[in-house]
Amino acid sequence: MSFEPPDQESADLLALAQSVAAKANAGEQVEAFVERSSYTTVRAHGGEVESFTSAVSAGIGIRVVSDHRQGFAWAGTLEADAIADALAEARDNAPFAEPDEWVGLAEPDGIVPVPFDAFDPSVASMPASQKIDLALELERMVRDGDSRITGVRVATFSDSSSRFAVATSTGIAGAGRGAWCSMSALALAEDGDETYTGGGSTVGFRPEDLDLAEAADDAVLRATRLFGAKPVPSQRVTIILEPRMAATIASLLGSTLTGERVLKGRSPFGDRIGEAIASPMLTLVDDPTDHRSYAADMFDGEGLACRRNQLVVDGVLQGFLYDSASGRRAGRPSTGSAVRGVSSTPAVGCQALAVAPGAGSFDSLLADIDTGVYLQTMTGLHSGVNLVSGDISVGIEGLMVRNGQLAEPVREVTIASTLQRMLLDIVAIGADVEWLPGGTGCPTMVIADLSLGGS
Amino acid sequence: MIEQLVLEEVLGVAMRTGGEFAEVFAEDRRNASAVLDDGRVEELTSGRDRGAGIRVVVGDTTGFAHTADLTEAGLIAAAEAAAAAARGGGGGTNIVALDRRSASRGYDIETYPGDVPKARKVELLGRANDAARAVGGAISQVSVSYGDNRRHILVANSDGLFVEDDTVRTFFAVSCVATGDAGMQTGRESVGHTIGFEMFDLYDVDQLARNAADRALTKLAARPAPSGQMPVVIGSGGGGVLFHEACGHGLEADLVAKGASVFRGRVGQQVASKGVTVVDDGTMEREWGNIAVDDEGNPAQRNVLIEDGVLTDYMWDHLRARKEGRRSSGNGRRQSYQNLPMVRMTNTYLLAGEEDPESIIASTPKGVYVKHLGGGQVNTATGDFVFGMTEAYLLEDGKITEPLREGNLIGNGPEVLQRIDALGNDFAMGPPGTCGKDGQGVPVGDGVPTLRVSSLTIGGTAA
Repeated sequence: MSFEPPDQESADLLALAQSVAAKANAGEQVEAFVERSSYTTVRAHGGEVESFTSAVSAGIGIRVVSDHRQGFAWAGTLEADAIADALAEARDNAPFAEPDEWVGLAEPDGIVPVPFDAFDPSVASMPASQKIDLALELERMVRDGDSRITGVRVATFSDSSSRFAVATSTGIAGAGRGAWCSMSALALAEDGDETYTGGGSTVGFRPEDLDLAEAADDAVLRATRLFGAKPVPSQRVTIILEPRMAATIASLLGSTLTGERVLKGRSPFGDRIGEAIASPMLTLVDDPTDHRSYAADMFDGEGLACRRNQLVVDGVLQGFLYDSASGRRAGRPSTGSAVRGVSSTPAVGCQALAVAPGAGSFDSLLADIDTGVYLQTMTGLHSGVNLVSGDISVGIEGLMVRNGQLAEPVREVTIASTLQRMLLDIVAIGADVEWLPGGTGCPTMVIADLSLGGS
Repeated sequence: MIEQLVLEEVLGVAMRTGGEFAEVFAEDRRNASAVLDDGRVEELTSGRDRGAGIRVVVGDTTGFAHTADLTEAGLIAAAEAAAAAARGGGGGTNIVALDRRSASRGYDIETYPGDVPKARKVELLGRANDAARAVGGAISQVSVSYGDNRRHILVANSDGLFVEDDTVRTFFAVSCVATGDAGMQTGRESVGHTIGFEMFDLYDVDQLARNAADRALTKLAARPAPSGQMPVVIGSGGGGVLFHEACGHGLEADLVAKGASVFRGRVGQQVASKGVTVVDDGTMEREWGNIAVDDEGNPAQRNVLIEDGVLTDYMWDHLRARKEGRRSSGNGRRQSYQNLPMVRMTNTYLLAGEEDPESIIASTPKGVYVKHLGGGQVNTATGDFVFGMTEAYLLEDGKITEPLREGNLIGNGPEVLQRIDALGNDFAMGPPGTCGKDGQGVPVGDGVPTLRVSSLTIGGTAA
């Protein structure tokens, strides 16, 4: 084994995973993925603590592969009898799968993980009273932010410290740990008979990274700038997406670039490697070794080293992401892109997407837009996006852009296009990369020629 | 699951620091699922989750802790953690005496899925795959999923309530991709009920598969949806999510109390067209959102929310009802023992009217006919909602004509309720849903008759 678990608890989890993997029978592969986490959530409302939750949870997911058939079982506890039951169930499930020559666990590939440890013990040791004070403080800051703020639906402080380990009978051994804390608030604003909501959040690897003022200002601004919003006539528009919105588009693109989708014919970009699928301004990587990402990690869900994967460079599609099984089927090595939880088998996924910075700030990109729409919120993403066909249609709220400036508010309108067209229609990418709570890093983007459906 | 004496002891510990209300919610859930994708049964999965969540309420504050350790020591540790988080001014010992009640849902499970051989579940997947592919060569991908779960819950609280329930749900879904000259399109069919394996006596999996395949094939010829405001006819059973989103969420008492609902202060007012009656009904037998008791131990109820257009009541959980000095409406639900309960819907539906669905279509010269809506989302504070059309057609000269590509529908809940100008006599429940709120998902059902909304905004790409 080429790496040392970062602490005793991680070492204990790894030993547990290895003890399960060691139970593999002849001709059988066994993988155990073990996780233990503790978390706190404080919700403040009306100057009081609405709820305070503290808990520890743990679980194990076990894969058994025999004769190229995979069975899986999981348990929401690490008690010995539950682990034994899960192993027996996984073994019992395997023969019901149909054989696939590519099915199997990861094998050590010699790639050495990039050392990374974002675990700050001050997250776990923070006194409860301090967490409560922070949640109450954020709620107060939002309430006091503007006279039209009539309430805060909730202000939340959350922290989580977690450790995981994965081991297989094929020689994989990996373990990691992480801790983070975050805060968010949802403000309610009223003016006459109009009500709007606006959210703000802040996230950090350490409590001192949290920026309450920024979260509060964001929630207040977003809740108060849409008064008087109404539909505008249907038209073709240019949209400007600040980093958190642009990250949504990057994530949609990333989702279509997984080997599993491509192999199953479910990606609109499946046969387009080497082709220009986007504006030459777009460069997209998935890189969990970039330690600025909140999703940075040493190992993927199968215990392989995380690595930097280039997806799109200067608009040209470079390749796809693979886990072990999809990689074998495609004749490619795993890209270390297996994502999972305890209760599911690994799947190929993006971990830490990042769009390379272009030039200019949000304000300078805005100044270049003659007529357009600034999107504050997009709703209906889960129903309005079809990653197979690429069709996108979402409801939006935001502000019109006129002569390079934010103008009157709009609501109850939709924007629609296809992912394929939007990528080619990118007309500007800013230099203002922001690292978002989900782990994605993204700058401001401007995209032309979408259909706006309105009055 | 847990002895009565242990529960009484644990509740006593929870109340020791001055709690006004304490509750133990224990859960033992087993899941089984099987997936066929790309022509192959990929895997069977078995899951087991077991634990308890304990909450203690003091004033407006709730302390909550959960544990996977159901021993007396584990439960007491969790009770102490919850009590520490919600510390009241009082103290001393609290004696809790539980009064055991029974939960009843009015029908029996015929075949527990846990008793069905795994091979029989797997066989359903293969049948559906074959049936979907037999529909035509343009069907390029098929995925089929089977799932069942059995959830045993126990609720005991400091008011003396003590109830257990055992719920079984079974689910089956087929998704198809069709490939044509103009790209790929998808079609899906899903069924789910709060019953056991007898669900497959009610449905022919071959037919479900053909429905999904037909939907994908139909859309291959689809043209871009129009954009802008127009009349929309929603098909029977296919659009209940509209009312779940457009008014259901806004009638949840927790959101109302926080000022986050457009329906706040409107009980007794005309909020919808005459003839519109909206009900949330946890007692609806065998439906996906059926419950015998909610996750706070209160019996499921049939609650009329809007009657003939007039807002009659909100939905309530224990905490909100207690504050208002009234009874819970049986809408306190949670995803698992790891979550606090909150106000949630069960089966939400709009009652049938009297019109012939054919005549509703025939009397709509121009617009869109939505046979199936996908998922949706609402901003409860404004009432603005969005949801996807997964199967829709153009209405021209009172006839259903060309199929449309996917697009979103957007609108505003209170406005849509006022704009319903036709209600069909053909009520049906729709496919099973999972409702998400504050990160927790719970199974819900919905239903509608054919109906027309005089104006909604369609978010297509056609001019």
